[in-house]
Amino acid sequence: MTENNSLDKLGPVGRRLFDKLQAQFLPERLEIIDESALHHGHSGANPQGESHFRVIIAAGAFRGLSRVAQQRLVHETLREELAERVHALALRVED
Amino acid sequence: MSTAEPQVFAEIRKTLADHDVVLFMKGTKTFPQCGFSATVAQVLKVCGVEFKDVNVLADADIRQGIKEFTDWPTIPQLYVKGEFVGGADIVREMYETGELKTLLRDKGVVAA
Repeated sequence: MTENNSLDKLGPVGRRLFDKLQAQFLPERLEIIDESALHHGHSGANPQGESHFRVIIAAGAFRGLSRVAQQRLVHETLREELAERVHALALRVED
Repeated sequence: MSTAEPQVFAEIRKTLADHDVVLFMKGTKTFPQCGFSATVAQVLKVCGVEFKDVNVLADADIRQGIKEFTDWPTIPQLYVKGEFVGGADIVREMYETGELKTLLRDKGVVAA
């Protein structure tokens, strides 16, 4: 992991996303940005925040996979969070 | 656990069989109710492709069923000729790289 300016700004949910992705993929790059404020009051937005995240990840596990397969790996890893608190995950998988 | 699939799968299959391009979305193509759904609807419009919009907010069974049908946790979901293409991020990326237009042409749903 070469850069992560975002970790300090994350709450407990964001940090859990970070920890799970970090442990699962040992990514070369992992950035998690809490965008919940942008969706405040929107259906699906949790009043407590931490409902909308942007994730940028680069890891060997994704190479050569289709975009759908790449995202499925992330969804699988974050299944519990997506089912409960997290309403939206904007995901960019980098080669 | 029953091995029988949810009843709603048959309805989803019929929709996918009846329409070349289907977007399961929140709201409708003329009145999207979620930014991610709006993005995909807009991309399809720009590509000049006709598509069937299915408003998952109007049907709780479809809303849950489509997630299980494709094992994909989020809406919107785009299907071309019955095949799942992706959600908002994937569709936007494919649009930006030109892959989406290629796919739509290859599938014969827009003019070459």
